[in-house]
Amino acid sequence: MKLQQLSLFLENRPGQLREPCEALAAAGIDLLTMSLADTAQFGILRFIVRDPERAKKVLEEAGMVVRMTEVVPVQVDNKPGGLATVLAAIEEAGLGVEYMYDFGAASRGGKAAIVFRFEDPDAALAALKAAGVRVLAMEELLTN
Amino acid sequence: MSIWNDPPGGFHAISAPDYLPRPQLAEIQLQRLQSVVSRAYDRVALFRSRLDGRGLTPADIASLADIARLPFTVKTDLRDTYPFGLFASPMEEIVRLHASSGTTGKPIVVAYTQADLDVWTEVMVRSFVACGIHRGDVIQNAYGYGLFTGGLGAHYGGEALGATVIPISGGNTERQLMVMQDFGVTAIACTPSYFLHLIESAKDMKIDFSKLRVGVFGAEPWSDSMRERIQDESGIRAHDIYGLSEIIGPGVGVECIERRGLHVFEDHFFPEIIDSETGEVLPEGAEGELVLTTLSKQAMPLIRYRTRDVTALVSEPCACGRTLRRIRRIGRRSDDMFIIRGVNVFPSQVETALLRVEGTLPHYQIILTRDVGLDQMEVKVEVTPEVFSDEIRALEALQHRLEASIENILGLRVKVTLVGPRSLARSEGKAKRVTDLRNV
Repeated sequence: MKLQQLSLFLENRPGQLREPCEALAAAGIDLLTMSLADTAQFGILRFIVRDPERAKKVLEEAGMVVRMTEVVPVQVDNKPGGLATVLAAIEEAGLGVEYMYDFGAASRGGKAAIVFRFEDPDAALAALKAAGVRVLAMEELLTN
Repeated sequence: MSIWNDPPGGFHAISAPDYLPRPQLAEIQLQRLQSVVSRAYDRVALFRSRLDGRGLTPADIASLADIARLPFTVKTDLRDTYPFGLFASPMEEIVRLHASSGTTGKPIVVAYTQADLDVWTEVMVRSFVACGIHRGDVIQNAYGYGLFTGGLGAHYGGEALGATVIPISGGNTERQLMVMQDFGVTAIACTPSYFLHLIESAKDMKIDFSKLRVGVFGAEPWSDSMRERIQDESGIRAHDIYGLSEIIGPGVGVECIERRGLHVFEDHFFPEIIDSETGEVLPEGAEGELVLTTLSKQAMPLIRYRTRDVTALVSEPCACGRTLRRIRRIGRRSDDMFIIRGVNVFPSQVETALLRVEGTLPHYQIILTRDVGLDQMEVKVEVTPEVFSDEIRALEALQHRLEASIENILGLRVKVTLVGPRSLARSEGKAKRVTDLRNV
């Protein structure tokens, strides 16, 4: 199942990361997982929350530029070669990975969760399904 | 009065009008003014309709003071009549076209008959003479050659003077310095910021430029402290030269050896200082916008052209003996236009470039800095929801597209920096689009 991830543009200077975090905190919104991509000039904060629509609204009201992107949370065996198996399935389908990061809060019982951004999320979903890779739903990510 | 004070080699016959008694100069000016107004009225539709609109005819110009009755010409007039609408000569008589940057991406086109080119060469010779340059000097002409008037203007002036001209044009610092040393260059013409860059590089490369004596610097504003720095670091004498393509190119005015203001070649260019708000002519000595009328131009006469440069006219006699009035060095302009590396830039051009890429106009700010003597332009652009992507490479590609679009319009490489939304200062009323940190 696809998830809505939020992305924020950040300038590369002190305080840029604190502002959105404070805005979300004030609205009582919890960050489930996040990742920061950076260049010399700017960064992009990507994160997942329970209610992306509301978080988007909160941040936009605080004057920030937010974008929603579809990502796919995938269950991976938490052992050597676990991630490689999933990537092999993606590669065989001729699909590319834009980026990925760990969903630490959803790891349990020898299984880890990884958030993937695919060039073509729908094609990736089909390929993963065909390869028997488990794609997680929001509820599964949250039941800890 | 000594007129033999441009050492050595002294007086050049072509400079005689620099020393005319004022009444005699005024006679020449009035005669030329009447003739140029008639020419523009007879041949340029825009000027004719403006005069008709005021119920004036060329015959109403009975004295030099009557010039204040004539309508102004502004830069947008040149844009609106692009490309040839203000020409007063048929193409058969026009022998040269130059173009400078305009406000919409379209350049402003200027034309010259052979007689116009002769006048231009004459004022450039008189400029070099005023700077103490003469036959026997080796001039490194590092102004850009091409549509920009700087290169060719200085080139033909230098040759007509009888000096040796090296038409090296701009750029390629190492070659510039090699030539400067090996060809025994004694005078250089370029932008002051480029010269600073040259002498800084010369130190690193251990270049001997001890023969270099004089610099003729223009095409961008520069301060007295910059002059001191240039002179202290290079040991040369630095002169300011003024001009603009619309009027003729470089050679409208220049500093003599005294370097207390720039003598305007008033027999060809009639200067006035006006209040840029009301358009009223200001009394002698008051600071205001410089307005110029081309007294002898054939191909493209401009009547009361508003330069947007802020200065004041000085009429006290100059110790050099020239009777030509001087304008104070220009430090600022009455609009947002700025000059960088010899290129006139309007914020509206940058807006056009941003608009082309993004479809809507983002908030932006232009920051000008001087980095090791070279002027740099940075454009900070706020990221909008429309263009924001969560992929780094997409944002980097956007940055490059913006840079390419600006370079395409200005002909200048600039740095684009993406900044957060609402991060740039918003001002009440007119936005301050340009932050000039060059300390000129």
